Amino acid sequence: MKKSKTNTVLRLLKYMMRHGWGLLLAIGLTVGSNLFALWGPELSGKAIDAIQPGEGLVDFATVYHFAGLMAVFYVTSALMDYLLNILMIAISRKVTYQMRRDIFNRLADMPVGYFDTHATGDIISRISYDTDTINASLSSDLVQIFASVITIVVSLYKMLTIQMSLVAVFLFTVPLSVVITRVITKKTHALFRLRSRKLGELNGFVEEMISGQKTLKAYNQEDNTLDELDDINGQAVEAYYQSEYQTAMMGPSVNFIHNLSMTLVSVFGTMLHMAGKMTVGDIGAFVLYSRKFSGPIREIADIFNELQSAVAAAERVFRIIDEPLEPADAPDARTLENVQGHVELESVDFGYEPDRTILKDFSLEAKPGQMIAIVGPTGAGKTTLINLLMRFYDVQRGTIRVDGRDQLSLTRSSLRLAWSMVLQDTWLFYGTIYDNIAYGRPDATREEVEAAAKAAHIHNFITRLPQGYDTILADDAANVSKGQKQLLTIARAMLMDTPMLILDEATSNVDTRTEMVVQQAMRELMAHKTCFVVAHRLSTIQSADNILVVREGSVVESGTHESLMAKKGFYWSCTRLSSRKKSINYHEKDGIARPFLRIL
Amino acid sequence: MKLIFRYVRPYLKRMSLGLTIKFLGTIMDLFLPYILAHIIDEIVPLKDMTLVIRWGLLMLLCSFLAILGNVIANRMAAWVARETTRRLRHDLFRKISYLSNRQIDGFTVPSLISRMTTDTYNIHRMVGMMQRIGIRAPILVIGGVAVTLTLDPVLALVLTCMLPVILFIVFVVSRRSIPLFDHLQKSVDTMVRVVRENASGVRVIKALSRTEGEKQRFEGVNRQVMQDENRANMVMAFSKPAMNLTLNLGLVLVVLVGAHRVNSGLSGPGVITAFLTYFTIILNAMMSITRVLTMWSKALASAERVETVLSAPDELTPQPIPETREDAHIVFDKVNFSYNGRENNLEAIDFSLARGESLGIIGPTGAGKSTLAGLLMRFYDVQQGAVRVAGKDVRAYDLKALRDKFGVVFQNDILFKKSIGENIRIGRQLDMTRLEQAAKDAQAAFFIEETGGMEASLEARGVNLSGGQKQRLLIARALAGRPEILILDDSSSALDYQTDARLRQTIHRDYGDTTTIIIAQRVSSVKNCDKILVLEEGRMSGFGTHDQLMQTCDLYREISRLQMGEGAEA
Repeated sequence: MKKSKTNTVLRLLKYMMRHGWGLLLAIGLTVGSNLFALWGPELSGKAIDAIQPGEGLVDFATVYHFAGLMAVFYVTSALMDYLLNILMIAISRKVTYQMRRDIFNRLADMPVGYFDTHATGDIISRISYDTDTINASLSSDLVQIFASVITIVVSLYKMLTIQMSLVAVFLFTVPLSVVITRVITKKTHALFRLRSRKLGELNGFVEEMISGQKTLKAYNQEDNTLDELDDINGQAVEAYYQSEYQTAMMGPSVNFIHNLSMTLVSVFGTMLHMAGKMTVGDIGAFVLYSRKFSGPIREIADIFNELQSAVAAAERVFRIIDEPLEPADAPDARTLENVQGHVELESVDFGYEPDRTILKDFSLEAKPGQMIAIVGPTGAGKTTLINLLMRFYDVQRGTIRVDGRDQLSLTRSSLRLAWSMVLQDTWLFYGTIYDNIAYGRPDATREEVEAAAKAAHIHNFITRLPQGYDTILADDAANVSKGQKQLLTIARAMLMDTPMLILDEATSNVDTRTEMVVQQAMRELMAHKTCFVVAHRLSTIQSADNILVVREGSVVESGTHESLMAKKGFYWSCTRLSSRKKSINYHEKDGIARPFLRIL
Repeated sequence: MKLIFRYVRPYLKRMSLGLTIKFLGTIMDLFLPYILAHIIDEIVPLKDMTLVIRWGLLMLLCSFLAILGNVIANRMAAWVARETTRRLRHDLFRKISYLSNRQIDGFTVPSLISRMTTDTYNIHRMVGMMQRIGIRAPILVIGGVAVTLTLDPVLALVLTCMLPVILFIVFVVSRRSIPLFDHLQKSVDTMVRVVRENASGVRVIKALSRTEGEKQRFEGVNRQVMQDENRANMVMAFSKPAMNLTLNLGLVLVVLVGAHRVNSGLSGPGVITAFLTYFTIILNAMMSITRVLTMWSKALASAERVETVLSAPDELTPQPIPETREDAHIVFDKVNFSYNGRENNLEAIDFSLARGESLGIIGPTGAGKSTLAGLLMRFYDVQQGAVRVAGKDVRAYDLKALRDKFGVVFQNDILFKKSIGENIRIGRQLDMTRLEQAAKDAQAAFFIEETGGMEASLEARGVNLSGGQKQRLLIARALAGRPEILILDDSSSALDYQTDARLRQTIHRDYGDTTTIIIAQRVSSVKNCDKILVLEEGRMSGFGTHDQLMQTCDLYREISRLQMGEGAEA
């Protein structure tokens, strides 16, 4: 654990080291700016000493000399500080940019399985918030640490040169401040954790209840829910209060130690002064240095906490970058050309987890232009076949051949481009309708795109929109209905005009009229192609050249409608039920009868 | 602002006490340099050690009073913040609970959630912080200036001259940076969107071999984010060095002017030393004021968002509408309804149901099926016409009395993160036997037993159940209260045929007095109902039994044909 942390830090440093010269300059600037700023009190002390003799005796030459120096030093320090800020911003932005680029490029080349098993929100939070955390920490904390260390060292040195014995005051106050802050943080740490947990619970409750407000209203539960809220809210604000109650000590305590050192310095300083060992200017300078000295001690503790969260964020980022990529194509992989659409699966074994086989010794042939129907309840089973055909996952045993060639001997991109997919959850991105249709073929001409849209029966709808093909599909594509979204993805597939097709027929949330249009467009898309259809309609299933019956993830039967009927197996019993009742509409896994067909 | 004041007001006494303590504590901080100046200028010439120690003890006392006052005051501040937030959240949640659905649609659910969570949190933090730093910092600045004025008014004037310069810097920087940060936020949103699209569309992107294209797209937005971040932060980078420099130059001026004043006998060197300390105090206070300011503006925006909800008018209050004498249980009397007040979502809906009858409602998505149920339960008010239950207009009912009549399962209804039993009961006074009977009636008893009984707890939204199990639990919830009217909105779609059939039989047999409304997409779910209402684009396309509609209603015939195949019959 400790080792991995060191590793993370080293890798972070590697990112920074690409800007080694900039960093070096930044360190130089930090040192410079702080040195100049720290010189100030000493200079002012000297100036005050020149004033000290009092009425009529002020040594103006010296005062002007040191005041002038002060001005110059402060200006220089401010300039350097500004330059430093700008430099660090530039460096840390570049680091973040590079990091985000690395994450994304890695993501883009990852196998589909990664996205199946990782929540999108988590990926997003890594690429945005985590990199931001790292970034903030790099740009400010590192500089801060340098600045603090320099401040501590320099002000200690200055105080030592002014009056060594007075520094003894800090032998008392510094350990005191360390002890106090540690005691407080230790107490508050647990309270802060409790506080964020309680807040999380409150937020969860609020989200659940407001989302379900209609139900709560229907059952007159407004007042009961309010009671529950009061309870949870009470806990949340109480936890917040408790943590505040303890941290309320922090600021004043640190301040108290400041004041304590100041008091001690004042008293002892005056004594020393009276003993003739210190000038008044020295006392003033010493007081200023002592303020500067004790400030960063607490800051360093804060920064250390922040750095830890940055390292934790970096760990999460590197975990993405370290994910295995989709394996490269075989070195002698060839591109698939002039595809006929002859697909064969030969004794294929497959499972998402090595010890849970979903397909076992599975074979299937689809001749060019044939249609294969996949039927069964919703679940992993139907997408498995799609995953294998598109080579989103590789088979564990057996072979899949396209036009007689083993899939594994082909480049992935040429294999995938030989297919089109129209899936039930349509994918459209933020962009114009035109770009969305032409997504697979950025080189397509306007005529081709419009022809594809016409073929998908969506052209008229598009032209009726105020911006036509240039209409932006906003985030959730709320300006088009579900059925129209489906038609747009059909148009995208039309434009690709591939020899092979994967189609998900389900149109459950579309009203009857649109459903008919979609059905028509799908039929036209399927013409002259080798098709794998996730089928829901009896008519589609009956006209298929081959039917695969999928149940709980594995293929339990296959054959034509006639042969399956003749077999009097599972398919037969279910179709009988469905033709007697005319309509079955279930895909429940736990029912007792467990019929599996979902036919409209 | 008004809102925050209103909620803080009950604690005004306590708060003023806290602030007084805070004030005294903070003033103590300011005394220290003053005493130091006194020691140097007045005591040192006397060469009296005991006096030095005496003044030193006074400094120590001040330090103690400072820590004591600040700690007590901070704790009181946290107390006030806690009480304020507790009440604010209570009132806001209550208000949200009683908003009409028209109002909720206007605010949107996610926005209400964020008002209830993020915004109240911002206010909580602000109320606490304002009492601590928001008071302390100005006291330090003003007090610092005041003390320096008594020390030496001319020098104090020099110092005061620097304050407007600093305010000017803060003003200019924040004015220039706010739009830049807005811009940055937009680029970040774009970047997040690209990542999201890539995660959700990975199959399509890979299928179309657009990986490289997507990398380029991300490269573009990533670069844009970097540039915008640079621009915004560069402006911000200016403020700290500039403020530091201004104050430090003020310090130089104090030394110079001070030298002249000391020379003319108007001031002492100890005063200048004290001035230098006050400078540091004032500088730090100014810095924390700028920090507080950003939070202040954020919390104000939050308070405004909360206030709009709290000040929303109460809708859906009972209206005095005379009762009608009629036998029908449910009557829709020439109802027109519109969500936005422009085009009608329901038009000329006119039908009635006798007690115990069942009604099926069918029609395309967006036809207004669920809206109709919403009117019946008075989630919305009709524009024209009337909806009556047992002869009384729904607008004349006390809302609770009206809704007590119903058992309902909404489309995509919600299960809560509670036990199964609690999910069926949801807060009503129902005993365990009743719950169990309802579960049995909803065909849910078997799997509840398997899951671990009524005590078994559910995940949020019931994610640990299958679709069919969820629906059966929801139906059990609706049946548990033995409702006068049962509404099932698209709520048996995940049930297998046999379960569905048994459920319908049970309702028919054991809930005979209950008037039932079943909303569905499928003809099979409604065709056995006593009456069927066919809706299309908010209008009644047909009303009658299955057989009647097969004869008279084109749309119903079309839907039947599509769903049941050619030549299908009753």
